[in-house]
Amino acid sequence: MRDFVLKRMVALVLPFVTMLGLYVIFHGHLSPGGSFSGGIITGLSIIAFNLVFGTERGEEKISERLMALIESFGALWYGAMGLVGILRGASFLMNKGAGVPVGQPGSLYSGGLILLITLGVGLKVASTMVTLFLELMEEED
Amino acid sequence: MANKVAIVLLVCIGLVMLVAISELPLYGSPDTPAQNEVAERYVHGTLGDTGALNMVAAIVIDYRAYDTLIETTVLFTAVIAVFMVLKKGSTGKGEQG
Repeated sequence: MRDFVLKRMVALVLPFVTMLGLYVIFHGHLSPGGSFSGGIITGLSIIAFNLVFGTERGEEKISERLMALIESFGALWYGAMGLVGILRGASFLMNKGAGVPVGQPGSLYSGGLILLITLGVGLKVASTMVTLFLELMEEED
Repeated sequence: MANKVAIVLLVCIGLVMLVAISELPLYGSPDTPAQNEVAERYVHGTLGDTGALNMVAAIVIDYRAYDTLIETTVLFTAVIAVFMVLKKGSTGKGEQG
C-alpha cells in the first residue's frame, strides 16, 4: 500500500473526490443525491487517504477526536434546526410553515432548513464512516 | 405445560393474523387506502411547500423530518456501540487500556 504511483495518483484524485462529496451535500435539495450519499463520498475520500498514506498522516490532517465531535454534534445540530420551528411559534421541524425564508427555487439557498439539515447530516455520515473505519483499523495493531 | 400454552397462543395469534391478511386488498389495486392523495400532494406541492427542486430531499428532510432525525440517532447509536466494544482507554481516563 506504500507504492509511489498509488500515492501520487491518490494525491491527484482525492481532492476532486472530496469536492464531489461536498458538492453532492450542498446541492442535496437541487439535484439527485443528498446528505447520506454525499457524506459517504466525503467519508470514503478520507478513508482512502488513511489507507494509502497511513493513519498517522490521516490523524495529522483530521484528528479522530474532531471526527468524534462532528459525529456527536450532527444529531444535535438536526435537533437544533428543529427547534427553529418551535422558537418561531410553529411545530417542531417545521420549515416553510414556520416562516423560514425558502428563497428562489433552483438557487443554492433555497428550501429553507433543508440545506442546513443536509449539511449537518452529511458531515455526520462522513464522520461516522471514518470513525468506524479508524476504530476497526486500530484493533488490528 | 408452559410450552403447550405458548403453542396454543401462537396458533391463535397466527390464525387471527391470517384472517387479517385475507382481508387485505389486492397488491397494487387503485382503491387501496395507501393510494390516497398524499402522493399527489407530494408531486404537486413540493415546490410550493418547501422550495426545493429535489423531491426526494424535500420528502426525506421536510415532510418526513422526524424519520430522518431518528435515522441519524441510529447512526450515532451504531458508533457508540462500536466504541463500547472496541475503544481502548486512550483518553487518559480509562484504567483498562
